[in-house]
Amino acid sequence: MNTFKIGGVHPEPNKLTADRKIETLALPVQAVFPLSQHIGAPAVPCVQKGDTVRVGTRIAEPGGFMSASIHSSVSGKVAKIDSVIDASGVRKPAIFIDVEGDEWEPSIDRSDKLVLQSNKSREEIVECIKNAGIVGMGGACFPTHVKLCPPKECTIDTLIINAVECEPYLTADHRLMLEHSDEIIIGIKIILKVLGIDHAVIGIEANKPDAITLMRSKTSMVSGIEVMPLQMKYPQGGEKQLIEAVTGRQVPPPPALPANVGCVVQNVGTVFAVYEAVMKNKPLIERIVTVTGQDVKNPCNLKVRMGTPVSQLIEYAGGMPENTGKLISGGPMMGRPLLDDTAPVVKGTSGILMIPEADAIRRAERNCIRCAKCVQACPMGLEPYLLATASEASDWECAEENWIMSCIECGCCQSTCPSRRPLLDWVRLAKNRVGGIIRARNAKK
Amino acid sequence: MAQKLYITTSPHVHCGDTIERNMRWVIWALMPALFASFFMFGLGALIVTATSVLSCLFFEWFITRFLLKRPSTLGDLSAVITGILLAFNLPSNIPLYMIVVGALVAIGIGKMAFGGLGNNPFNPALVGRVFLLISFPARMTSWPVPHQLTAYTDAVTGATPMNLIGQIAGGNSAAADQLPGLGDLFLGNIGGCIGEVSALMLLIGFVILLCSKVITWHIPVSILGTVTVLTGIMWLINPVLYVNPLYHLCSGGLMLGAIFMATDYVTSPMTPKGMVWYGIGIGFLTVVIRYFGSYPEGMSFAILIMNAVTPLINNWCKPKRFGEAVK
Ligand code: SF4
Ligand code: SF4
Repeated sequence: MNTFKIGGVHPEPNKLTADRKIETLALPVQAVFPLSQHIGAPAVPCVQKGDTVRVGTRIAEPGGFMSASIHSSVSGKVAKIDSVIDASGVRKPAIFIDVEGDEWEPSIDRSDKLVLQSNKSREEIVECIKNAGIVGMGGACFPTHVKLCPPKECTIDTLIINAVECEPYLTADHRLMLEHSDEIIIGIKIILKVLGIDHAVIGIEANKPDAITLMRSKTSMVSGIEVMPLQMKYPQGGEKQLIEAVTGRQVPPPPALPANVGCVVQNVGTVFAVYEAVMKNKPLIERIVTVTGQDVKNPCNLKVRMGTPVSQLIEYAGGMPENTGKLISGGPMMGRPLLDDTAPVVKGTSGILMIPEADAIRRAERNCIRCAKCVQACPMGLEPYLLATASEASDWECAEENWIMSCIECGCCQSTCPSRRPLLDWVRLAKNRVGGIIRARNAKK
Repeated sequence: MAQKLYITTSPHVHCGDTIERNMRWVIWALMPALFASFFMFGLGALIVTATSVLSCLFFEWFITRFLLKRPSTLGDLSAVITGILLAFNLPSNIPLYMIVVGALVAIGIGKMAFGGLGNNPFNPALVGRVFLLISFPARMTSWPVPHQLTAYTDAVTGATPMNLIGQIAGGNSAAADQLPGLGDLFLGNIGGCIGEVSALMLLIGFVILLCSKVITWHIPVSILGTVTVLTGIMWLINPVLYVNPLYHLCSGGLMLGAIFMATDYVTSPMTPKGMVWYGIGIGFLTVVIRYFGSYPEGMSFAILIMNAVTPLINNWCKPKRFGEAVK
């Protein structure tokens, strides 16, 4: 079975919710939409306080080429445009909508009927995806329409569907495949059409045999779409690792893109959203969120309207366990800690994880014993111990020479270190500084 | 929401590995060889090992407590390992005060002077051993013959395979008749330092270290491989003067050094490529010292020399970067 070659770790999978059907969460009382839910420029509000909106009404427009629209996921009145502390821990502008009823934009097809064909052209499809505000749903939140228009000089030959879900605990993509396989396959065909190619590979880790079997049987009659089971290893869902696992090609160091090796990677969640946008005219207003944790009473997979406060999801899962010490948006390897449970669900919220206090506390760090375990773990072939030391000493030159910009912030190094060194903290710091230095240098040229 | 939440950046989980877990496994892996040495050298082995471990612990405690005034580091168990490894590199009839001196040098100069575990450039146990070898060459190069279970400093000494191999290479073909059989050599039924005699038990230790993921195969295999190749070539050239490579592999602390001393985390390189070069270097130097040096045993010196080269190796041998090949 294929996998990527360098490094990687095997965290406990803890997929507590793999067998839990997706349930629909009730509407919130108030929905909050931060204007930066994606990589790139924040969206610009196009509604005002007091405006009435319906489900699917666009409430913010893209703030640039690299940006995405935002749509209301509820019907009601715009209460205010204010700021909210989002998953990044930073106060950001957001639109608040008080919910009244559940009235949808009439253009949206709300039926469950599968739509197989559309006669939209490539340009129309991209426009449709752009208008629907779709971004990468695996967590990176890269605007999808940008990714579907790779630089002209790159020849794309393979579309890779990321159904790896290598983060422990999360099962949103897994459930989506089991319950919406037909939609996903149509979504893949749509994206293939946009890219003008006829070869797609769905990469699924071997711990989801049911999804592999189902997707295989669904694609057996479809030419050009292949299901590839992959060995379990974190961070296989990382774009570069997945491309290598599937095609054997390695994306060169930044600023090279997957397109440079002929690949475009899309998450299954994104593919599903593309189907809904193109075939059902439905913007990105809902997503699947795994609500989970060792001591959570009723861990579950929920279909949630964007903007719903996290507290409501936790409530549904049986409340936050007494012993919770950390609340995370996303998975345990790359997720972001939340300040409290008032943050809203956004496009990139793949999971809500509650970690017991005993595991939430970092243990005291000790001397590096030079065991080289971090070097063995790093999937990018870096020397985390060295980068961290360089960072501590503010030796940005050494960090740059040792490829710090290649770091994908996967956390393998830190999660392996027997001395519990906060390696990734130091690496992030240095990466930030070196990134700044490189930008300044390029600007001068 | 009543809970107080911690805010720390990712990753939020840890594999659970600790310094202690690794050290504990090293100690377990040393046990088969320790057992074999009790069986071969009896009381002497027991006294020497116990004294060495206790003195190492004492000096580490004393130095952290009174000289550095830091919290105790005894809990990380590294002093225990230094103690066992130092003892393993001593003959079983060595007087107590020499062991204590060796432990002081190992812990005090070999480790604490550099800032404790993680900062020492040389393997502490080897620093202690080499100090003793230079200071007390006579006591350090005469080894009791096995099976004198109740003897300690009064044990009868005899030639070790390493001495004999040296004599053969020196042209004394009569020594060849005294060489023990390979079976005895493999099991450890020979004279030598406490921990080095039983190749079999050391190999069991190697398997334990590999299975518990404490070390990787790179260093031991490249050392043993290099020694096999080099001594094999010499043997093919002149089988009368030079013994079969298997003798080299099973004698004179080669296994002990390759498996337990050269693989010391702190003093060995960080990348697989670096580890292999380091291993080749140690193997090469060992063979050179064995054939041409004035000491019968080259392993300790070879490792110390390569310890000194480790920072350079770390600079030269970078890991295989993702995306490098396609640049
Ligand atoms: S976080 Fe960066 S340095 Fe650490 S293992 Fe991942 S890629 Fe390597
Ligand atoms: S894993 Fe930790 S202790 Fe080991 S080399 Fe890396 S930083 Fe040092």
